[in-house]
Amino acid sequence: MTALTIARPQREGISAQPVRDATAIAGRALRALPQEMETVIPPIFIALFFFVINIGTLQHLTQSHIHGFDIKAFMLPTAILIGVTGVSRAGSLVLDIQDGYLDRLLLTPVRRLAILVGHMVADVAIACMLTVPILILAFAIGVHIQTGVPGALAFVAMACLWSLAFAGFGYAIALKTGNPAAVNSSFLLFFPFLFMTSSYVPRSQLTGWLSTIAAWNPVTYILEGLRSLVTQGWRWESLGKAVLAIAVVAVVSLSLSLAALRGRTRQG
Amino acid sequence: MTHISVRPRDADREPPAIRTEGLVRAFDGAVAVDHLDLDIRRGEIYGFLGPNGAGKSTTVRVLCTLLAPTGGRAVVAGHDVAAEPERVRLRIGVALQDVALDPKQTGVELLRLQGRLYGLSRTAIADRLEALTRLIDIGDALGRPIRTYSGGMKRRLDLAAALVHEPEILFLDEPTTGLDPVSRARVWEEVRRLNAELGMTIFLTTQYLEEADELADRVGIINGGRLVAEGAPDELKRRVGNDVIVARFGGPGDAARAEAARRRVEAVPGVRGVDTRGDELVVTAADGAATIGAVAVALDAVAPVRHLTLRTPTLDDVFLELTGNHIQLDDRQEEVA
Repeated sequence: MTALTIARPQREGISAQPVRDATAIAGRALRALPQEMETVIPPIFIALFFFVINIGTLQHLTQSHIHGFDIKAFMLPTAILIGVTGVSRAGSLVLDIQDGYLDRLLLTPVRRLAILVGHMVADVAIACMLTVPILILAFAIGVHIQTGVPGALAFVAMACLWSLAFAGFGYAIALKTGNPAAVNSSFLLFFPFLFMTSSYVPRSQLTGWLSTIAAWNPVTYILEGLRSLVTQGWRWESLGKAVLAIAVVAVVSLSLSLAALRGRTRQG
Repeated sequence: MTHISVRPRDADREPPAIRTEGLVRAFDGAVAVDHLDLDIRRGEIYGFLGPNGAGKSTTVRVLCTLLAPTGGRAVVAGHDVAAEPERVRLRIGVALQDVALDPKQTGVELLRLQGRLYGLSRTAIADRLEALTRLIDIGDALGRPIRTYSGGMKRRLDLAAALVHEPEILFLDEPTTGLDPVSRARVWEEVRRLNAELGMTIFLTTQYLEEADELADRVGIINGGRLVAEGAPDELKRRVGNDVIVARFGGPGDAARAEAARRRVEAVPGVRGVDTRGDELVVTAADGAATIGAVAVALDAVAPVRHLTLRTPTLDDVFLELTGNHIQLDDRQEEVA
């Protein structure tokens, strides 16, 4: 080590700023992304795979049974939700806990909430990126969004908000357990949310028991809201229900994650 | 608790860097820190010495706001750790026992992020980065992912991360545990520089006697969560006596002979105290050179002695006298025959 020649910095430059803190944490998460492509490529692949396979499987059947039904437009929201549901930096947060790096963050004046918000901001950015290849494929195969560019932006925004709402469960588990296996198991929630609903056919075509479950599944209303943007235009009732459904899930998941954050950072 | 006062300094008139009053930290009823009273002056290097599980790391985690006290009070840099943890965090730097780094970041990214979280401007961060790069001396590796670093490089980067905002008080929790002798010497050198050139108060926990002896202005010895002695290393050692004579019998069953020898040696003039540790007899004397001959004669009447050595007292001797146990059996000072 060489001689120390440090000029003492101005103390007045130091303050805890929540937005700046969250931005710094989000920036770190996004910079790490190129080293964690395993968290991005599978969701895109799975979403594109199901988009193509479902259209190939159901196109003839739906065209012959439902007059004027556009399976490609119908499947776009399903593909998007498959892609963005479960996008989360919760796994990285667990590694921070295990590596002791969370302690390093907690030793700084950073607001505790900014640590969680920073990760979630990164999640939203990643979810937005994930929608791009799916939308490109959809446009390439002839899907037309009735509400135009504003509708497409609203479509992406709703998908990303849903992604954030769902991610709250992963963070709650990550912060509560500090266990990567437990975080991975949160993926199980994906199945009832995404498949016990009108993912493949309209709700009217579901059998009785599944239709009942779908009526209680918030994803049903998110799918219907997204589909209305693609196939029907600005249907405010559908959009309102979709936003409400996202809000309900977000309140539950974010409350759980905030409680887990408090537990993790509590000095007790 | 034994308390030995040290030389008065100008710093005595300033508010203390760290003060604890009856500090208690318990976990589910198990008391890790038990009514700890500390008063550490600004600009002081304070060595907190004790065996594994003594409560050193818990004390550090309370003082650096990662844990709240369950009793008593702790004030760091003029702010209560429980009531004003944010203000404390702005003024302290901490290198915990296990390095706390993100293996995916590069060293530069980690230090920049630290700077941002402390609210430093881009210019200030750039200046600090330049200074810290010279300080930790890991060359181009600073631009590489941390997962590629050696243990010593990680430890130095961890220290740099604790210094980004140039804290008033630096907590080092067993900073050299697991390091090779060369890396350990480098850390010692840096601790001295930070203290001498920047006047930084340094709270250093260690289980290495030599480390506390080399670095600390004052040493607090903790055992079972309680402070059992405190003072300058030399003054603490003088408490034991000027010299220590160690007789080792060796072989099975020699513990009994050591015990028999103890009674004979206690009667030797100049001997201040005699203690047995397994097959060893430890004799403290005011003048070891003048006493060792008489001790040898007294021992010869009981049993043949395999080794007879004379050395100066160590902090381990202080700990032994206070608690009846060693801090660390394999880290005693080199014996002088």
